[in-house]
Amino acid sequence: MKTLVIYLMSEPETPELARAAVEGGADIVEFGFPFSDPLADGPVVRRAAERALARGMRTRACLDVLAQTHALVPETPLVPMTYSSLLEAYGWERFAEDVRGAGGASMIVADLPAGERPEVRRVQMVAPTSTDDRLRLAGEQTDGWLYLVTVTGTTGARGEVSPALPGLVERARRLVGVPLYAGFGISTPEHARTVAALADGIVVGSRALEVAEQGPEALRDYVASLRTAIDAA
Amino acid sequence: MSTTTFGTYGGRYVPETLIPALDELECGWREALADDAFHAELNGLLASYAGRPTPLTLAERFAPGKRIYLKREDLLHTGAHKLNNALGQAVLARRLGKHRIVAETGAGQHGVATATVCARFGLECVVYMGEEDMRRQRPNVERMHLLGAEVHSVDFGTKTLKEATSEAIRDWITNVETTHYLIGSCVGPAPYPELVAELQSVIGREARGQFLHAEGRLPEAVVAAVGGGSNAIGIFHGFLDDADVRLIGVEAAGAASLGTGRPGVLHGARSSILADEDGQIADAHSISAGLDYPGVGPEHAFLRDTGRAVYVPATDAEALAAFRDLAQSEGIIPALEPAHALARARHLDAELILVCLSGRGDKDLDEALAALERQ
Repeated sequence: MKTLVIYLMSEPETPELARAAVEGGADIVEFGFPFSDPLADGPVVRRAAERALARGMRTRACLDVLAQTHALVPETPLVPMTYSSLLEAYGWERFAEDVRGAGGASMIVADLPAGERPEVRRVQMVAPTSTDDRLRLAGEQTDGWLYLVTVTGTTGARGEVSPALPGLVERARRLVGVPLYAGFGISTPEHARTVAALADGIVVGSRALEVAEQGPEALRDYVASLRTAIDAA
Repeated sequence: MSTTTFGTYGGRYVPETLIPALDELECGWREALADDAFHAELNGLLASYAGRPTPLTLAERFAPGKRIYLKREDLLHTGAHKLNNALGQAVLARRLGKHRIVAETGAGQHGVATATVCARFGLECVVYMGEEDMRRQRPNVERMHLLGAEVHSVDFGTKTLKEATSEAIRDWITNVETTHYLIGSCVGPAPYPELVAELQSVIGREARGQFLHAEGRLPEAVVAAVGGGSNAIGIFHGFLDDADVRLIGVEAAGAASLGTGRPGVLHGARSSILADEDGQIADAHSISAGLDYPGVGPEHAFLRDTGRAVYVPATDAEALAAFRDLAQSEGIIPALEPAHALARARHLDAELILVCLSGRGDKDLDEALAALERQ
């Protein structure tokens, strides 16, 4: 079984959306804590973050929504994804503790590469540009699985699956002993099938955010189409 | 973690995609520093192309009763200190085999400097600039176009330097294999703050020698405007070891990252930034597009904490008055950025003062004249 990870931005509607994603077949839900200056993100996630912030989704509110979501889908790992500035302001250790307290399973910090603050347990990201040494380091420090950034670029839908992915998967398989989930640029069931044939799981973000705009049912159907595709891989 | 941190400030808070490029840059930079050929090429360009050394001018009429000397970076080619850094990084980029350059710009001076060196070396040049800054610094946008640069308007968020910097970094993440990010200030992930400080320290080295020659002693105080902080760090570096020389950075009152900021992470480094209690970056406000930035170089945060430098604010109105007064008393039209330094220097409790006149004010005429009119 391949793993399906769906990214949602923290907003008051997120618990319902997360439940719909799980009903559609999501195994893990990434939980965006919005930041005003998200360097790793393309326009879709950036705009979603702007809107969430305008609606008052600061760290405390995000933790509350995380806890509400955990109560709705207690079996599904929820992984907050954010930027260093939020942790710096909240307190690095306190942030990790309160995420755990709200039912979060690990976290992802998009601008905190392997080697920086190793005491902060998190899912590490690697990219096509990562050297073998860095893949090894990220593999040693990561929390449970490794996030393969399929493209040299920011988040957002792409026309084709990145040609850099097979090489990255091949190197990571050789150097790292944890499951490999690939994300960035995956938006269609065809992409999902192609990527799932290589990696152990896929992460879908920007397109999921766009579909979530149409409500829980649309999101459930979209996630189900991804589920079907990766199960056939 | 890179070795180049400043106390607890600095570091590399960037997506993993950029780490190998930062390692490559750091390695290439260390090799260049140890290579006489790099220094010879850069020094040759600074002399024959940029117009170094720049003069030191005594501004007698601007501040009667004091001896204020201006380090005339406004007379550098392209009209501001930014060219020191752009030239050095362009030489470095060529050593690294990069043929495409991206940059951010606020006031447009760094964009112009970057477009200039790209034209000089035949490099592809893309500059990101906030829509609001493109409006208030129109002449610089036109100069960049003429020099052959692509200027990308950034139309979201604050529409100023903060967003332009984020977009330049996103471009770099996407095109990192072919592209050098020619950052314009002593900000960003390591090794940029150290690299930019070193390239700008030519200002301080020259000014120290010139001041000694003119006065037979060192200044009591060195004063410079601080946005990201590159002209200030450049002139401060000439005097860091002279414990009796006060180092004074002047921030825009509405963008005082050091005066009113808190520790935080912005654009790849931990520094003192304008942010709310949740770590969300706050809007900065300044009439000067070059100071309108909620962050500052990590070395300045370190110098503040150690007490080696102090940082004080100047308001838009104080800067405008200094802008007008320097023009009318000395026949020198300063940029609005160093006008902040002039505003504090003229009232400083010292007589022998060195001010970094980091750029000329042609670009600011429309904005400044309209603001003076309103007063």
